[in-house]
Amino acid sequence: MTPETQFVDVVVIDAEVEELLIEEVSIDGLCGVY
Amino acid sequence: MSVTAIDAFDATRPWALSEQVSLRDESFGALAYHHVTRRLVFLKSRELVALVRRLAEFDSAEAAVTELIETDQRERYVAALASLAHSALLDVR
Amino acid sequence: MCADVRLRDRFERGLAAPICLTWELTYACNLACTHCLSSSGRRDPRELSTSEATALIDEIAAMQIFYVNIGGGEPMIRRDFFELVEHAVAQRVGVKFSTNGTRIDAAAARRLAGIDYLDIQISIDGADATTSDKIRGRGSYDAARRAMDNLRAADFGQFKISVVMTRESVEQLDAFESLAATYGAELRLTRLRPSGRGVEVWNELHPTLEQNRRLYRWLLDRPNVLTGDSFFHLSALGSPLEGLNLCGAGRVVCLIDPIGDVYACPFVIHDEFLAGNVRDAGFNAVWSESELFRSLREPGNAGACSSCGSYDACRGGCMAAKFFTGLEMSDPDPECVFGHGEAALAAKAVAIRPASSSDHSKRVPVALSTR
Repeated sequence: MTPETQFVDVVVIDAEVEELLIEEVSIDGLCGVY
Repeated sequence: MSVTAIDAFDATRPWALSEQVSLRDESFGALAYHHVTRRLVFLKSRELVALVRRLAEFDSAEAAVTELIETDQRERYVAALASLAHSALLDVR
Repeated sequence: MCADVRLRDRFERGLAAPICLTWELTYACNLACTHCLSSSGRRDPRELSTSEATALIDEIAAMQIFYVNIGGGEPMIRRDFFELVEHAVAQRVGVKFSTNGTRIDAAAARRLAGIDYLDIQISIDGADATTSDKIRGRGSYDAARRAMDNLRAADFGQFKISVVMTRESVEQLDAFESLAATYGAELRLTRLRPSGRGVEVWNELHPTLEQNRRLYRWLLDRPNVLTGDSFFHLSALGSPLEGLNLCGAGRVVCLIDPIGDVYACPFVIHDEFLAGNVRDAGFNAVWSESELFRSLREPGNAGACSSCGSYDACRGGCMAAKFFTGLEMSDPDPECVFGHGEAALAAKAVAIRPASSSDHSKRVPVALSTR
């Protein structure tokens, strides 16, 4: 028997789609900075 | 295909680029840097950059998206705004 | 349409301005670390003046460069250090400065704690004085710890502890993690490159392949440990480490040295990688128009690495590591995880190591006087 479904108020992002528009990079993730 | 659930983004509220963010145009979009969190985000479409820059002119994020973005792209751009809001690059006005 | 544009590919073509700019304020230093990438020690009489430095900050702000990494030598030795830092942050140019900590007494710590948009990175090369002082000089470790204590007492907030990975320090990873935890500090580990005085100690100090493998696995388990993307040459071992995993020289970063010379990155202070000087027509002119940077922004040639299935992961490694060990740019990285770099070095009858074009080392041994 399946458990009762819970509905939660979230926005579900398709990470692959979102990736095309935005990409986060760490400010420390750049080589050439000591 | 992976999905990520984030905090609810209320597109009916009025949003704007955070005062703590610098946005620098590049040939393919823009770089956004939050001076307090030190987070760096790359906006990879000029339409998204224009939308973010003009967000403050609209009474709601969804009004801005409706005005500035093609119908079939709107869901995608709302998702992008939600992601930026989640990273604190956007604030409710 | 932005399609499948990978950020990494875009960055390899260059940007309107560097994302991070490293600016060495002075070649003067009160230490004489054996691996100093800038061969620092003696102040250069041609150093940028306070007004030149201030004008440079104004240009940096106008270019919308988000962040400047200030170093040296020891930047706090400059009399106008605080004036310059405060001028930068007043225009919302973020500052991270790298220091040996000898000048961070209680008063300095309090002043630093009051400055916005400021990050601090304190350098050590071992988890104890015995290990660290071998490289940085007697008393240097204790001075660094005092600086950390002073920052904590002044409620500075989170700072970074930065360690260069050597054959010795790489055996102390857990101790560094504990040390950082003690102060609530961020730990930063970076790669030893054969740059500056580093070339003299590189053979004996660079980690062995076995140590690099262990370091890679340790880092993979700790994405919160910063690396400045300096271990992308190890990404060929498996999943990529945090960061862009590519060489940023002339593309997303560059160096301005104390006399205004602009180099592709801090690890290639050599005429071969000199792009221009800010005194000619400012920094933007060099960033946008120099021949060197234009050629660095052309798509790379895999060279000897073209037949290797891992090229995409490591992009052939670090230019500085290759250049200063006498390898060609088209050769593998000298620390290539598959041993191709070692093989390339062995295949050379004589590997001629380029001498530093700019050596500000002190000629006599330095004893650190306790304050």
